[in-house]
Order: sequence, then structure tokens, then C-alpha cells
Amino acid sequence: MKKYIVKRLLHLIPILLGITLLSFGLMRLTNDDAVDVFYDKNGAVSEEVKAARRAELGLDKPFLVQYGSWLGGIVTGDMGKSYISGRPVLESIMTKLPATVELMLVSILMTLVFALPLGIISAVMKGSAVDRVIRFLSFVGNSMPNFFVALLLIYFLAVKLHLLPVMGSSADWRSVLMPAMTLAVSMGAKYTRQIRAVVLEELGKDYVAGARSRGVSEAVILVKSVLKSSLVTLVTLLALSVGSLLGGAAIVETIFMWDGVGKLAVEAILSRDYPLIQTYVVWMAFIFVMVNLLADILYHFLDPRVRLGRGDG
Amino acid sequence: MGRYRGLFPYALAAGLIILLAVFAPYLAPMDPYAQDLSLALRPPDSVNLLGTDRYGRDVLSRVIVGSQITICSSLLLLVATTVFGSVVGALCGLRGGRLDTIVMRLSDVFLAFPEMVFAIAAASVIGGGIAGAAMALILISWPKYARLARGLVLTIRSMPYLEAARMSGSSDREILFDHVLGNIAGPILVTAALNLGTIIMELAGLSFLGLGAMPPAAEWGAMMSNGRSMIQTAPWVILAPGMAIFVSVAVFNMLGDKLRDVFDPK
Repeated sequence: MKKYIVKRLLHLIPILLGITLLSFGLMRLTNDDAVDVFYDKNGAVSEEVKAARRAELGLDKPFLVQYGSWLGGIVTGDMGKSYISGRPVLESIMTKLPATVELMLVSILMTLVFALPLGIISAVMKGSAVDRVIRFLSFVGNSMPNFFVALLLIYFLAVKLHLLPVMGSSADWRSVLMPAMTLAVSMGAKYTRQIRAVVLEELGKDYVAGARSRGVSEAVILVKSVLKSSLVTLVTLLALSVGSLLGGAAIVETIFMWDGVGKLAVEAILSRDYPLIQTYVVWMAFIFVMVNLLADILYHFLDPRVRLGRGDG
Repeated sequence: MGRYRGLFPYALAAGLIILLAVFAPYLAPMDPYAQDLSLALRPPDSVNLLGTDRYGRDVLSRVIVGSQITICSSLLLLVATTVFGSVVGALCGLRGGRLDTIVMRLSDVFLAFPEMVFAIAAASVIGGGIAGAAMALILISWPKYARLARGLVLTIRSMPYLEAARMSGSSDREILFDHVLGNIAGPILVTAALNLGTIIMELAGLSFLGLGAMPPAAEWGAMMSNGRSMIQTAPWVILAPGMAIFVSVAVFNMLGDKLRDVFDPK
């Protein structure tokens, strides 16, 4: 187990380097000159001042030299300053991260609360009217973009039924509900489908037939065997969802004015605040990679077949 | 031909949507860009079947014309991604060696990014409206197809007919185009069909954020974004393009599911 974790951590190094190199290179695709953008926001200055500023920032140096010093900054926690606020970008992102994490956790919780029972019911009652209704709903949820779901929720829950405030203040605990629900709709739709498939697959296995023939009740089979093996699928799904949650958060936070990293990033994009965008991309990728690593390790731990198969358990 | 029968209604619906998108300008009942402020924000009636927006433009005509931008761009983008990714992946699988190693490590890096996070950042850097947004999505999604094509090539690489082609002196290019791509096309097309719905939603999402089609373009995501502030007073401005996205994505998703059932039965 320890050997496996070390191996995975070593594998991570080139990926992390690649992420930083790609994010850094991406920002060079723009036609905007960083110094021009900065000074155009803060009043016009002469070309000499701009040239001096470029030299100070090292922008006149070759690409790889610039990348190297930027990478050095990342390692020491200095990821540059925002063009707009002048504050260190890492600090801005870290102050907004908890709100995004809160939103993600609530939406994951909502997803599980709905998708687990629905997926299992759907599988157990395969072919029935209930199964068809659940499958239809999950298909609908899967075909709606999150911004449409968000606007529909606002329209029905806030405008029509007055159940929830349209734009809650952060002091109101209910303000997390609609953005989290938005993210949970498409995620829940996918999960319901997957959980149904896994449970169906497990129910068709020999050990279930064996248990049934020995007179074990359906409820016990479901809880003891089937759920346990579905857990592995769930872990993989959750890890993959973090990627779409981080992306979805940018849209959903913007719509609901939820003060997280996603909204911060969209604002940074509209004001062409490149250091902030760059740091956002790098950090979101780091988080995604780390969560997936964690899931792989957990997977390894949960499923003895994987462990033995790789021969390093 | 029996197994294809279930496919027909979905293929027909998808075909109709694509035809609508291609011929949209001829089908719109009114000029989608004609402004008349005296007609602003009219609810749906017998003249403006889906109402008007805040500039008095006919929402139905804008939704119809919008299909051209959203659906056609998504299709082009999907074709570009699929072809590029598959050719690169197939070449890696055929040649192996250093090319394979470099491309696969590169794809590892791309796959490490959350898709929309990368697309949002890339679209903002590339700029250039809907084309820039499409470029951003191609950039992040080609590795999926490269991986898939490479894997498929590896399974057929040692097949006798490829050996025969190689021994008869065919070049890599001939082998790739004459023998390989045709044989791996099935699973790739199914994957692409299943992906179209997602691509429509992502592209519209980028436009919604202001990173794709620009006003006054009639694009579904941008139309919804512009209508956001009027959700309490004129919900039809949002509902019409929203339903248009939903229906097209639903139809393409159903088609994708059916295609998978037909070509990839498990």
C-alpha cells in the first residue's frame, strides 16, 4: 500500500509540472500585453515607464526564464499580484475557496441523498412504471445546462413560489440551497443512472443468486453486498465530479452571486486580470488532480481485486 | 436491418434539428435583428409567438436563427475535435515510440484540468467570440479522442490484414487512411454522438459567460444571459432559448444512447 502511494506521488510530479507549463503558456496566447493592460486600467503613462515596468517584471526575458521564475514563485507561495486590486492573487483565491468548497459539499450531499435511493429503487424495480419515471427524470436532468437549471430554479422557487430569496445574503443559510441544487441536478441525474447500472450488474451476479437460494432476504442482500460493491463506483464518480463541479461553480456562482473562486475567476476574466486567471487555472487543476489521486488510493483500499491485480498490496 | 429500426425516429429528429440550423435564416418568420422599442418585452401572442425581447426583437426568430450559431458551431467543433484527436491517436498507436510517449504524456496533462475551468480560461485568452470559445473546447477535448483511437488501434495493430498491408509495402499514411480509420470509426462515432449534447451545453455556457458569441448575435446562451435581469417580468426571453438548448441536447443524447445500443451492445 505504502509503495503504491509513493509510486503515485512520483507519477504526479511530471503532471504537476505539465499543468504549470501549460497554464503559463496559455496566458501567452493573448494579444494583450500585461503591462499595457495594467496601466490602461490605472491611467495612461509614457512608454519609458512601461518599458521599465516590463524589465522589472522580467517580461523582456525569454519564455523559459519567465516560466522558471514564475514556477519558483509558486513553490514559495508567491503567485504574483492582481492587476486590478494589487493584492497577491493566491491570497484572493484562498479567501474565496471556502465558499466554493461549501457549495460543492452541499451539492454533493444533495446529490447523494437523491441519487442513491432513486438509483437503487430504479434498479430493484427494473421495467416498472417507477423505474421509467426515474429514468426519464434523470435523462431530463442530464440534458439541461446548469445555467438553465439555475434560471428555472430562480423562476419557480423564488419568483413564483417565494420559497427562497432570489439573491440571498451570505448571512442567510438558505442562500446556498439554490446554487447547490443547480449543481446537484445534473450530477444527480448522472449518479442515478450509474448507480442503477451498478446495482443491476451486482444483482445479476452469482453470489446474489446464491444468497437468494439460501433464503437471505432481498433487503439484506441489497445493503450488505450490493451497496458495499457500489461504493467503489461511487468513489470514482465523486472524484470525477469534482472537475465538473469546479467548472460549473464558475457559472453557478456568477448567476447566484455566490462569493467563491468561480465568481472571482469570471470577474477576473472580464477585467483581463491574467495573473489571477492563471493562478485560478493552476489551482483548480491541482485540486482536481489531488482529489483523483485520493480517490485512486481509496479505490485501491476498498477493492481488494485492484490491490491484488497490481501485485503491490 | 432490424437492429437499426429503433434508431430511425431519433435520427430523424436530429436530422430535422440540423436542417433547421442550416436553413435557419430562411425559416425565421421575422428579422431577428430588427429592433422596435415600442414592441419591447411583449409576452407571447399571435404575432410574436414567443414574445419579444427588450429591444422588441422577435424571440422565435432569434431562437431559430440562434440554432445556426449554436448547433452548427457545435457540430463543426465536434467534427474538428474528433478528426484531429482520432488521427493523432491512431498515428500514436501505429507508430509507437517517441511520438506516442510525447503525445500521451501531453494528453495526461490536458486530462488533468477540469474541462470547463480550462475552457473558460482558454476562451478568455484566445478571445475572438464563438470561434475562440470553440478553439478552447477543441484544445481541451482532443485528448479524449486521441486516447480512444490509440487504444482501438492497439487492439487491431497485429491483425493479419494490417500485417498484409505492411508487407505489401503500404506507407503509414496509406495504412492509416485505407485500413485503420475505417475499422476504428464505429466506437469513435458513438463517443462523438454521445458527446454532442455536452458540447452544445458547454459552448452555450461559454457564451452565457460572455466568452462566446457577442451581442447582438442571436446565440442561445448569450440570449439567456442577456435576459437574466428580466426573469421576473419577461421569463419568455429566457425560457425560449433554454428550451431550445434542452430539446436539442435531449434529442442528440437519445440518438447517442441508441447508437451505442446498436453499435456497442454489451
